[in-house]
Amino acid sequence: MSIINDAVDVVIVGLGWTGSIMSIELANAGLKVRALESGPERTNAEYIYPKPADQLSYSIRQKVFARASHAALTVRHDRSQTALPTRRWGAFKPGDGVGGAGVHWTAVLIRPTPIDLKLKTFVDQAYKPGQLQDDLQIQDFPVSYDELEPHFDFFEKVCGASGAAGNLRGKIQEGGDPFEGPRSNPYPLPPLQDTLNNTMFASVAKKMGYHPFPNPSAAASGPWTNPYGVQIAPCNYCGFCSDYFCLNYSKASPQTTILDAVKRMPNFSYRTNAHVIRVDMHDDRKTAKGVTYIDEQEQEVFQPASIVILASFQFNNVRFMLQSGIGKPYDPVTGEGVVGRNYAFLSNGNATLFFKDKNFNPFVAAGPTGQMINDFSPGTFDAAPYGFIGGAKLHSSQAGGAPIGMALPGGTPKWGAGWKKGIKDWYGHSMKVSITTTCMSYRDNYLDLDPTYKDPYGQPLLRMTFDWKQNELKLQQFLRERVLEIVKELGPDSHTENFLKPDSHWDTRSYVSTHNVGGAVMGDTPKDSAINRYMQSWDAHNVFVPGGNAFPQNFQANPTDMIGALTYYSVKAITEKYIRQPGPLVAI
Amino acid sequence: MGISSHTSRRAFLMGSVFALPAAVIGARYFDAAQAARLAAPAIEKYQPAFFNSQEWRFVLAACDRLIPPDDVGPGALEANIPVFIDQELHGSYGKADDWYMRGPFNPEASPLMGFQLPYSPQEIYRRGIAAVGAYARQTYQKPFEDLDDKTRDDVLTKLEHNQIDFAVFGEPVLKASAFFGFLLTNTQEGYLSDPMYGGNKGMEAWKMIGFPGARASFLEWIGQHNVKYPLGPVSLLGERA
Repeated sequence: MSIINDAVDVVIVGLGWTGSIMSIELANAGLKVRALESGPERTNAEYIYPKPADQLSYSIRQKVFARASHAALTVRHDRSQTALPTRRWGAFKPGDGVGGAGVHWTAVLIRPTPIDLKLKTFVDQAYKPGQLQDDLQIQDFPVSYDELEPHFDFFEKVCGASGAAGNLRGKIQEGGDPFEGPRSNPYPLPPLQDTLNNTMFASVAKKMGYHPFPNPSAAASGPWTNPYGVQIAPCNYCGFCSDYFCLNYSKASPQTTILDAVKRMPNFSYRTNAHVIRVDMHDDRKTAKGVTYIDEQEQEVFQPASIVILASFQFNNVRFMLQSGIGKPYDPVTGEGVVGRNYAFLSNGNATLFFKDKNFNPFVAAGPTGQMINDFSPGTFDAAPYGFIGGAKLHSSQAGGAPIGMALPGGTPKWGAGWKKGIKDWYGHSMKVSITTTCMSYRDNYLDLDPTYKDPYGQPLLRMTFDWKQNELKLQQFLRERVLEIVKELGPDSHTENFLKPDSHWDTRSYVSTHNVGGAVMGDTPKDSAINRYMQSWDAHNVFVPGGNAFPQNFQANPTDMIGALTYYSVKAITEKYIRQPGPLVAI
Repeated sequence: MGISSHTSRRAFLMGSVFALPAAVIGARYFDAAQAARLAAPAIEKYQPAFFNSQEWRFVLAACDRLIPPDDVGPGALEANIPVFIDQELHGSYGKADDWYMRGPFNPEASPLMGFQLPYSPQEIYRRGIAAVGAYARQTYQKPFEDLDDKTRDDVLTKLEHNQIDFAVFGEPVLKASAFFGFLLTNTQEGYLSDPMYGGNKGMEAWKMIGFPGARASFLEWIGQHNVKYPLGPVSLLGERA
């Protein structure tokens, strides 16, 4: 017999970025809102200086991440293999607790380009039939850049985004990204200050005819008061950003930008350590009646609600839909079904450049510290002759300098006296030139429920079937050459490189990024998408699923700005249309 | 590095009792970092929380070669790395509390699939040390810790390259290279993490490489390019060096 909570208008599953945005906007609209967060409470007060300045605990032992013991999934390269659990995090590491991955992110807040959002249309125009591999499942986003622009603009104000505009209302601006879509406003704050690697990279990139610009940052370059009245402090370049809780109240997170405001509202409440196990449907299966969760005392609790928002990480949103029977599961053999379809990841690569006579002071950094170019994104260069679709942001970033795992020149012994001499001689004398790439979606890269492995609540783990395809491997080879040209211009004493080889399989061990996308994608029809342009389930109109799960494929920009903008786009439709007249917001 | 610390390491490994004479300490001027160093447990007197005495001797002897003492910077024993490893194994890391450890297990899976052993770090060390001990006794008729520097290096190199078949020494699942991976990773973690966790005694490793520890405030340094940062490290507990 389960406990039954008081009914609410809206239950929000997960209190990270999307859950926090939904919470404040729906509470502001007068609804009774309750958020259920499966992880622990995390407040700014718990993470005061110097606590987060601790590489072992935060970055290595992953203090503010989800625990694989509770949040693992299973992975395999293709359908012939038996998937195995991610027993420890490797290629990605999701967050949990209040703030979600918004606590530990690197805080690069960059918009996708207009072409990124209409990639299928672009491919159909720019490529001849047969130029690309035939199992691609690229789709347009059902929303355009122009439709989302006001929401990018607002989310960037919420975050105190710091950067240099490249396109202001159609006018190209010196020092910004000339390939970005038009902005209605400049960034709220000027760019972060540059480190030595930034200036070296930018100067060489410029000389080579590229268009470098400062990494768009959600670590504030100055004091900022956001539209919710929350104050953000100027970043002090503490060097503990990506993987860490911000000790300076400077990195935009749900805590520093939204939660302090929404927590004061009487119609908002939240529970921590409330682990949702399913969405409960009405008998006709057309709408949800609430969600069931396991509370801290391991009791089953039913939370009745008129609207269910699945605002957890991408994996979990897909898993909730599969567990709850919302939408038809994807079948890679027949190509039918939509939930689990179009899972995509991303690849990265880099060259590390060693300079005996340069002090980079790598510990002086914000997470987003860096300069990048967007000269190799879809539509900014012609990739058709190379036989791939895609691109990358190509950047030199200095996200932090904590020493465990530092880069060492090729040939340095792995241990012993030579290793010790290596770390003494080379700590602080290297910089990177890196790529963060697009990743297309394919017929047989997908998600479903694992038949064998269960979580501590007895629920099946999500199963990921994913491997690199020729398209992405060709892209890596192309970008490797571009990076090495830049390396040559920079002229280091030596360098090492780390790119995918033409025959690489996905290595689940080495960290890439936690930009996992797709699996419950947004689209124009229920045939090829699980949710509509408002993040509303095609199958259950009172279930909304905002998040990276909505991306039909992955673009080269970091996903958070897009996720924030889509969530604002969705919540506007909920408050302006849906609550007045509940029902499908897009007619089928 | 002073002669005395090398001597103390050797003395300990030979199984004799060693303590820095109180008069030597008292006679020296010491700053906060030296005070912190002295506050850290002397490795010779440390009572392991996880390892038994035989395992502890192995860990000392292995760490001593993974980061040997010399004039470049502190060796693993001077930096109290075995204390760090013992503390980590005693805690939630050692028990794999945060890892997904439900079966079925497939330790034969492709390395690309990541960690798939049915063992926690505690078990990995326990089994790995036993297997290396058996190998050393069979090959050299001595325990690992009694081997000379060069021979210990040879054994560690064989472990690294998976050239010792643990199955022959009673351990069919754990591979030598996997055990070595944990030992090396944890040794280097201890060398470079905050002294609060037991290693990096006196922040000597941080001083050696020029990492300022938990200072975490560099607004006045972000604009100063290619200038060596002049200040020494501070620790999470506020020690300076």
